[in-house]
Amino acid sequence: MKQLIKIVSFLGLALTLLPSVFLFQEVISATLCKQLMALGTVLWFVTSPFWMNKSI
Amino acid sequence: MWNKKAWVQKLDAVNEYEQEPIPPNKYKGWKSFLGTYAGEHTAGTEFVIGPLFVAHGASAGDLVSGLIIGNILAVLSWAFFTGKIAVKTRVTLYYLLEQIAGHRFTTLYNLVNAGLFCFLAGAMIAVSATAVGISFDMTMPQLTDVYPNNLGWVLTVFVVGAITTVIAMFGFEKVSKFANVAAPWMIMVFIAAGIAALPRLGVTEFGQFWEVANQTIWTGQPLEGQSKFTFWHILFFAWFCNMAMHIGMADLSILRYAKKWEYGFSSATGVFLGHFIAWIASGILFSLFLIESQGSLTFAPGPIAYNVVGVTGAICVVIAGWTTANPTLYRAGLAIQSINPKWKTWKVTLFVGLFTTVAACFPALVMMLLEFVALYGLILMPVGAVIFIDVYVLEKLGLKPNYAQFSGESLNWSVALTWGITLVLCVALNMFAGIEIFFLGLPGWFIAVLVYIAASKINQKPVVTQKTLA
Repeated sequence: MKQLIKIVSFLGLALTLLPSVFLFQEVISATLCKQLMALGTVLWFVTSPFWMNKSI
Repeated sequence: MWNKKAWVQKLDAVNEYEQEPIPPNKYKGWKSFLGTYAGEHTAGTEFVIGPLFVAHGASAGDLVSGLIIGNILAVLSWAFFTGKIAVKTRVTLYYLLEQIAGHRFTTLYNLVNAGLFCFLAGAMIAVSATAVGISFDMTMPQLTDVYPNNLGWVLTVFVVGAITTVIAMFGFEKVSKFANVAAPWMIMVFIAAGIAALPRLGVTEFGQFWEVANQTIWTGQPLEGQSKFTFWHILFFAWFCNMAMHIGMADLSILRYAKKWEYGFSSATGVFLGHFIAWIASGILFSLFLIESQGSLTFAPGPIAYNVVGVTGAICVVIAGWTTANPTLYRAGLAIQSINPKWKTWKVTLFVGLFTTVAACFPALVMMLLEFVALYGLILMPVGAVIFIDVYVLEKLGLKPNYAQFSGESLNWSVALTWGITLVLCVALNMFAGIEIFFLGLPGWFIAVLVYIAASKINQKPVVTQKTLA
């Protein structure tokens, strides 16, 4: 379960960064870029607290 | 359901070891420091400093080379100055200073220190407020604003300040966890925002970046009314912008938890992500704003980030402000609490948070951030020099370290004179030799070292002799 949550967290991080690269390469629109980044943000903050501070 | 007694008990139980060395079972691993530094230095200030470099006409070459060298010097300062002394002593700056300088000096220093921390935290609350205000079309501050210019601004600042204060009241552990979670995401947003802005600046492939950086982003031409920044300005700013934390020793409060002094190198995450990538990214965003707004004087990081990456950018500005304001408020609370250890940490933080929030209402805190940050490091630097000499040099010269504790005096005049003379000479260097505030930290440190050694030799001789004879 923890591994699955971690995967979702890193998917969230990827969704925060990669849309801007696709926008730069003119693969997606600015609107879609903003929407994907917002989705990535939600995924990160919903899932990362479950594992990030556990090992510290 | 709200259980007041339970919450007060929980807050009272927050023990941050302000008056004793950290016990070995409380030492923290390197991950904690990586997250803390990355979170703290990829922060709200980055949304202001990067744009101000653009406003001050830094050229692209000067910016990149100055930042690389300045940041390396900052990391070395954290490791070899703060990290080594933190691991050797395991106490806060305030506790150590009380042993060296005495209670009366520490009280004065703490008040000055807490005031400076409050202003820095206030600037960050203001930065967060620019993003929160987007949702109700708040009138944003201008580069030339000093006083608050509308009620919506004041109300927004108070809401952001209240939330920030409540988080800080729960102590370092909560702040560290919050920073850990937010840090990786924040740096992604900074990078993403920088990349997303490039096509609108005319960069359609990465090979074009340097040309556009020189001709459009960091043109080397300051905005009207702004001074010109050179390579040396950038280098010294990058090195000394956190002078209070490393050479000034404020980060003893954080690094005293480190298992090894080498954890001071973990500050590299903060400076190279926050003080390199984030400053470059925020500079790109501001250049785009200047071009598209045809030179508007509005200076609001929230709307600037929102314009490029939407709601994610606005949330990032809010959280970036929090991750700076939270530990800064916590430090201010520690500074005040050391005046009277019986005061509860959370009550002190609540008071400090209120003061900070009032200060945050003044936009000048944000607009003059470069000068404020330089002044803040300069004012606190002499005490770091005193601690450095006290820990490493005094005994070798036949003098007593921790002199206030040894002599039983409540004021070690050597420290008071060092602080006063150093700052007066720095002001003189500024006024009569024309040395800008950004550079004063370097000669100031050597002045402080020489004055402290000389003053200690004069001040200690009679008392040490008397004590030895007794």
